Amino acid sequence: MDKAREGETIRVWPMYRALVGVGMLCGLLIVTVFVLTLPVIERNQAEALERAVFQVLPGAISKRSFLLGEDDAFRPAQAGDPPPQTVHAGFDAGGNLVGIAVQGQGMGYQDVIRVLYGYAPGRQAIIGLQVLASKETPGLGDKIEKDPAFLENFHALDVSLDAGGQAIAHPIEPVKSGEKTDPWQIDGITGATISSKAIAGILREGSRHWIPRIYHQRRVFESAGGSDGES
Amino acid sequence: MASPEAVGSTDEFIKGLWRENPVFVQVLGMCPVLAVTNSGVNALSMGLATTFVIVLSNTLVSTLRNFIPKEVRIATFILIIATFVTVVDYLIQAISLDIHRALGAFISLIVVNCLILGRAEAFASKNGVGASIMDGLGMGIGFTFALLCLGGVREILGSGTLFGLALFPAGFQPWVVMILPSGGFFTLGVLLLVFNRIKSRQDEKRAVLQEATS
Repeated sequence: MDKAREGETIRVWPMYRALVGVGMLCGLLIVTVFVLTLPVIERNQAEALERAVFQVLPGAISKRSFLLGEDDAFRPAQAGDPPPQTVHAGFDAGGNLVGIAVQGQGMGYQDVIRVLYGYAPGRQAIIGLQVLASKETPGLGDKIEKDPAFLENFHALDVSLDAGGQAIAHPIEPVKSGEKTDPWQIDGITGATISSKAIAGILREGSRHWIPRIYHQRRVFESAGGSDGES
Repeated sequence: MASPEAVGSTDEFIKGLWRENPVFVQVLGMCPVLAVTNSGVNALSMGLATTFVIVLSNTLVSTLRNFIPKEVRIATFILIIATFVTVVDYLIQAISLDIHRALGAFISLIVVNCLILGRAEAFASKNGVGASIMDGLGMGIGFTFALLCLGGVREILGSGTLFGLALFPAGFQPWVVMILPSGGFFTLGVLLLVFNRIKSRQDEKRAVLQEATS
């Protein structure tokens, strides 16, 4: 009996030792590389965001960032302000406001999808969208980044405010591929239903929060057009 | 004269390049081979990332081979491979976010590339560190070579460029099908045909030579 128990201990201990030991070593390695690469990755992400702002706001050549304060008022952003509360106003060569780029995120099929979309207060429409980060299924879900027919939805997606000016008149809704009839609808992608619905959900939630605030304070952004922007 | 150990290590390196090429002979890791070879840059990036993971996982598995009981060896190997894939994921994000986005979920999927676990189980867990590094390096470079063959052909015909450089005059009409998934299958089929034809000719010649000498 004792011998059997002793034999069991001898077999089990090396397994614990190997798995826990290798696990600790691997954990240490991952954390070390994460800490070392984080500043570079953050700098790359900031540069990618800059490029994306000009892509979702066609015609913009300079930008200024604004922070939504706790008093619900926008003020020029400072370095180190929290990114989720920051929006980016894009201006054309004449210093006129093209639109505001806003970040949004939501759960996709595999992982969180992060997007940047451009809103033009003058047209009361979303005029561009770019996926910043996604791990959707290759060949299916990743069509949200590449499918030209799907991206066509975001050239003039209606997000007009209702008569009271406090809510979106027609919240964004996803429909099956080819069934779009109204300008606030998003044509889905066959084979990527969850991912395309996730994009519609991100825009619907984001527009409900941001668009009334941006629209009513559009003068703040317009008046910043003459000052020095970052190009 | 080279020592037998040096000859052994060189052989471990060379076998992955041609004789036991992971793609053209062993037909392993087909998922990234077909999916990310629509351009030369993507193919090279995936090949180098896989080489990095296979060399380092082979090294660690070989170093710890007497420390890991056989009952938990697969779990431990996967843990080691997943660690190096996470490391390579951070490194690619630091080097270029564009390449990271182009490779998408396939970076994470290097974990399940059967080539890497296969080398850990079949070679690194039974051989010394030096030989395992050479084996990983040979297999990794062989894998990269195969990816580059596919990526090169597909980008040249599908986009008219190689590593982004235009190769044809302005009138060239690219074969869009080559950068689509069907182009991947087609190119892989043709390359396998060519590779196996060359290999069978070499085998025939070797057999004739052996017959003549015996």
